[in-house]
Amino acid sequence: MTALVDKPPAARTAAAGDRPPRRRRGRRIALPYLLLLPALVLELLVHLVPMLVGLAMSLRRLTQFYIRNWSAAPPAGLDNYRVVLDFDSAVGCNLLHSFWITVAFTVLSVGTAWLLGTAAAVLMQRRFSGRGLLRAFFLVPYALPMYAAVITWAFMLQRETGMVNALLGLDGPDAPFWLIGGNSFWSLVVVSVWRTWPFAFLIVMAGLQNIPQDLYEAAAIDGASWWRQFRSITQPLLRPVNQVLLLVLFLWTFNDFNTPYVLFGESAPREASLISIHIYQSSFVTWNFGLGSAMSVLLLLFLLLVTVGYLAVTSRRRRAHA
Amino acid sequence: MGITRMASAAAALALAATTAVACGGGTSGGGPKELVYWASNQGTSLDHDRRVLQPELDKFTRRTGIKVRLEVIGWPDLLNRILAATTSGQGPDVLNIGNTWSASLQATGALLPFDDAALGKVGGRDRFLGPCLAATGAQGKPPAAIPLYGQAYGLYYNKKLFREAGIDRPPATWNELIETGRKLTRPDKGQWGLTLQAGQVTENAHHAAILGAQHGARFFDGGGRPTLASDPAANAIKQYLDLMQVHKIVNPSNAEYTDTAKSLKDLADGKAAMFMNQASAGSFQAVGMNMKDLGVAPIPMPDPFPPGGRRVNSFVAGINLAVFKNTDNLDGALEFVKFMTSTEEQVLLNKTYGSLPTVKDAYADPAFQSEEVKVFQNVLSGTAEPMPQVPQESQFETLIGTAMKSMFADVASGRSVDVTQIKAKLAQADQQLAAGS
Repeated sequence: MTALVDKPPAARTAAAGDRPPRRRRGRRIALPYLLLLPALVLELLVHLVPMLVGLAMSLRRLTQFYIRNWSAAPPAGLDNYRVVLDFDSAVGCNLLHSFWITVAFTVLSVGTAWLLGTAAAVLMQRRFSGRGLLRAFFLVPYALPMYAAVITWAFMLQRETGMVNALLGLDGPDAPFWLIGGNSFWSLVVVSVWRTWPFAFLIVMAGLQNIPQDLYEAAAIDGASWWRQFRSITQPLLRPVNQVLLLVLFLWTFNDFNTPYVLFGESAPREASLISIHIYQSSFVTWNFGLGSAMSVLLLLFLLLVTVGYLAVTSRRRRAHA
Repeated sequence: MGITRMASAAAALALAATTAVACGGGTSGGGPKELVYWASNQGTSLDHDRRVLQPELDKFTRRTGIKVRLEVIGWPDLLNRILAATTSGQGPDVLNIGNTWSASLQATGALLPFDDAALGKVGGRDRFLGPCLAATGAQGKPPAAIPLYGQAYGLYYNKKLFREAGIDRPPATWNELIETGRKLTRPDKGQWGLTLQAGQVTENAHHAAILGAQHGARFFDGGGRPTLASDPAANAIKQYLDLMQVHKIVNPSNAEYTDTAKSLKDLADGKAAMFMNQASAGSFQAVGMNMKDLGVAPIPMPDPFPPGGRRVNSFVAGINLAVFKNTDNLDGALEFVKFMTSTEEQVLLNKTYGSLPTVKDAYADPAFQSEEVKVFQNVLSGTAEPMPQVPQESQFETLIGTAMKSMFADVASGRSVDVTQIKAKLAQADQQLAAGS
């Protein structure tokens, strides 16, 4: 300490500029990793470990006889996968049916939610009185507790006592069913869109805030129509936001378990049997956890493939536009 | 359910188990002076059950010093909750199970086997009714549970509607049921001959079993292998569907009925004249039924019987009380089982719920000398047979019940369902059961 005090100011500056900055640099490099560490550990615990456990389960004959100690279940090799992928058998055929239902549901639901969200966000860009109130109103479905919201829909869609048929003036013996039969698919799409479009609205609205207003002003001076401005300014500049938004909506919708489960209970109508419900039934209702795990692994692979493919295509397109 | 949870359905079960324990308690947190009890929904609501059971649990605490933490669980969730608790080993100490699940849950090894020593601690085998004790697990094994509430199916009918239509007695044969139903069906007045819980999986399965027996169906062979896709089984299900499809004595909206309360209310309000259900007088009262207008008779039999048909108009229904094998408080749990199956509690609880006592002594009480109780007693002792006591029983109920729910949806939507289609659905159920063997 005495030696430091005795050094001339120039020497002290030189010493400070020598060692401490290296330490600071080291700390700067380590800090992000340290901050990420808790998230990494939780990620491993919450996501990766269950995934690996699921994979291990899919390779075993795991029925109710072994659920107390699943590691004691006899090995099945790839038998579970063979059963699941045998589309001539009841198990494989039903899985394939659910897969296609889910694809149709996802395309319709995500497409409609995105269109509605974008349209509403663009229209809300203009200032008018009551805009704030309307924005808040649009976000209500997103803010409502999922269970309460969907169960309300389930009540409204009842054939005899539901509000939907009453509003449509449909009663008597010809009144349609909404929760069973073919209409159940459309009910599911409507409820799903109702739940997800406010999220699309929110994200697109945030994306629109980042588009400089002077671009529109310049385009207006050049005589560009509203549609031309949308196509040439709004859409291209929203592309990065839309790429993420569509991916997130796709993953959420494809995996949606809550909406069909609350709307239909644990045995959804065949016409609305989404793959998440189907896997749940295969695992928990028929107590065949090995088979259910095999289905889950295949679903995970499919989603991984779609996600990687989507990201590859969109990033290539982004590079091409850059 | 997120992607990774679906990636590991069984791992999700473990997670669900953790959640269930966090919510429902569990033995690990409780001391020997505390028990966790999962009760199934018997009354008109979960709250109704809590109001009925809590005073009795308090009585047990006063007598033994053991506190009982009660959780009432609805039927749609109960099996999953039990399964989750089985997986985690962190379940309640004592729990109610549907007696038809006994052999399935016994196969998990999670439930305490009631061998002679354990049976002795709850009063001995001889106290219980034979048919009820027969539905407590696979044959030749110690019971996996003790009978708590006895149940049998009967045909409830609204006497007022019968009187108004000039009908003086309930139907005794299946043809009479259809005939009576037709006379009482007035869609223009919103009145139907019969109400069904056509959207409820377990109820559909129960009726498939009852009518299946009348047609001579056996759903499992001697080796326990599933044989659902038989002609008698398909004919039995067709007969049940035809109540809505061909005879049109059931409101198509019943295809959406997923709980008993709606059918109970329809009968009480005069919207339906008949209802095939388990003993449930207490629940009828709770939904406002004028009890003077409530009649009950055995479920009609076919006349003549199909070849090979058996004289069955109910299965041995009911609720059992099981003990989790890994309870920290085995003596307390057995003490609780003894208390709940004591004559005093059997009289009180079964009187309240309108179900039947499972111990012989309780029948001396005047409450169980009524005509209605006699009907159910006779059915239970004479023309009821247990559901298949095989490990796959719960899956069987789910698969056949779900198939019937979907067929009722088709019928309600105007599509016809024939025997060939029914048999194809049953063959699918066979394959699914076989895949899980």
